[in-house]
Amino acid sequence: MNRVPRDPSARAEASHPFRKERGMDGAPSYFGCVWCHLQKDLRLEWRSRDSVVGMLFFALLVVIIFSLAFDPTAAVSRQIAGGILWVALLFASFTALNQSWTREQRNRVLDAQRMSPAPVSALFLGKALANMLFVSFIELVLAPLFIVFYNLHALGEGWMMLVIMPLGTWALVCNGTFFAAMGLRTRNRELMLPLILVPISIPALLGMMQATTAVLTGEFEPGPWIRMLAGYNIAFTTACLLLFETVLSAE
Amino acid sequence: MVKRSCVFGVVGMVWVVMTLAAIAYATRLALFVAPTENTMLDVQRIFYYHVPTSMLSLLFPYVNFVSSLFYLGWCRRDPLRALTADAVAIAAAEVTVVYSSISLLTGMLWGRAAWGVWWAWDARLTSMLLLWVLYVSYLILRKLSSTGQTQTLAAVLSVFAALDVPIVYISIRLVKYGVYTQHPQPVFGGDSNSGIAPAMMHAFGWNVLGWAMWGISLLLFRYGLERRRQQSEQASALKAIEGSLEIVQ
Repeated sequence: MNRVPRDPSARAEASHPFRKERGMDGAPSYFGCVWCHLQKDLRLEWRSRDSVVGMLFFALLVVIIFSLAFDPTAAVSRQIAGGILWVALLFASFTALNQSWTREQRNRVLDAQRMSPAPVSALFLGKALANMLFVSFIELVLAPLFIVFYNLHALGEGWMMLVIMPLGTWALVCNGTFFAAMGLRTRNRELMLPLILVPISIPALLGMMQATTAVLTGEFEPGPWIRMLAGYNIAFTTACLLLFETVLSAE
Repeated sequence: MVKRSCVFGVVGMVWVVMTLAAIAYATRLALFVAPTENTMLDVQRIFYYHVPTSMLSLLFPYVNFVSSLFYLGWCRRDPLRALTADAVAIAAAEVTVVYSSISLLTGMLWGRAAWGVWWAWDARLTSMLLLWVLYVSYLILRKLSSTGQTQTLAAVLSVFAALDVPIVYISIRLVKYGVYTQHPQPVFGGDSNSGIAPAMMHAFGWNVLGWAMWGISLLLFRYGLERRRQQSEQASALKAIEGSLEIVQ
């Protein structure tokens, strides 16, 4: 329990807005830091809303272009909709990921972060969670559009999409946030992110597309793909958390 | 210092000469001495190039990974030694790209001759293509990243690539394509129908040796080149610092 201390300066510190994220000794807890970073990103995005709007429109354009390319019947559309959905989300997330780090470069915020005692991976995790929320929001908006444009109706177990979507989104967002951070001081940053991210993500992309197609067509089991995706997420989330500090202090 | 690089230079030259001799002998065996195969006749001789390069292209990524780990371990503690690890890493990555490119191209030529198609999306071909793509992305990262950071970022990407390779293996070979594959089944360690004629084994063994030695030669050359580039970069940086320290009288 955090008791309110007697003297005025300590009491001022105790009533600080972020006090509840601190432990008994006043040091910020890890998840307290993550929550701080998450709040910051959500607040910044809410104020400008450029990232989400950009992503949404981009994803919609990709869906439209693919529908021009294929003009599918209902049966064929079930085969390809899984692939198109994830391609649209992948391209949409590229736009958001680079921008999420641009925020950190203004006002030398990253230098302040490096000087603070807060754990660096908490910054990564907070930002990855924020990006996850943004992309999930895009998915919620996009899903009805997909069903409408492609006359979709899942022949397999539809509820499995509630498992596949978060797993797949996290795979893209976690690695994406990490690689976007790698590109912070790179020339041609926007070019580099897809070139680096896509090769590493190919197994995950394969998993999410195959699992989605399995659910939509009902022709094969999504189980192995979901397990592979979960394994991928565990392995790469661990790697990202452990290596983030190396990347941020790379010079 | 001069003496040490002289010894290395001599050893390197001897190795290259031995490599060229081994490759010449192996080529002679492959093209002229090894027996002609029953079904594909002389087209089969590309086997002596395709299989060794494919096997070796799976070896050099590990060299890259291990040296990247050494780099990450040493980069704070002993930066100068870390640079040697980084030089090995870039050399191994480039050799990987070269060998996997050769494997893909020779495979395509053989596939066209044997199957009538240049490409098939099956387990082995897709895995090799993904390996190629992964290491090309490594080289692109090295090219595009800003100078002070290149080594650390590349080492981190190498760790990610090493994590990715077994997952690619599991996802593509075991889950997507299962047992079916258009690519010929393993000749070594395959089922009861596999196995190679002893006369062909001789040519095959020499080709593996020759191309392995060649890969090591390439690695050594590229390592030497990278070390010299690093040293010249350090020398010019030192010169710039000393120049800025000159006291104006």
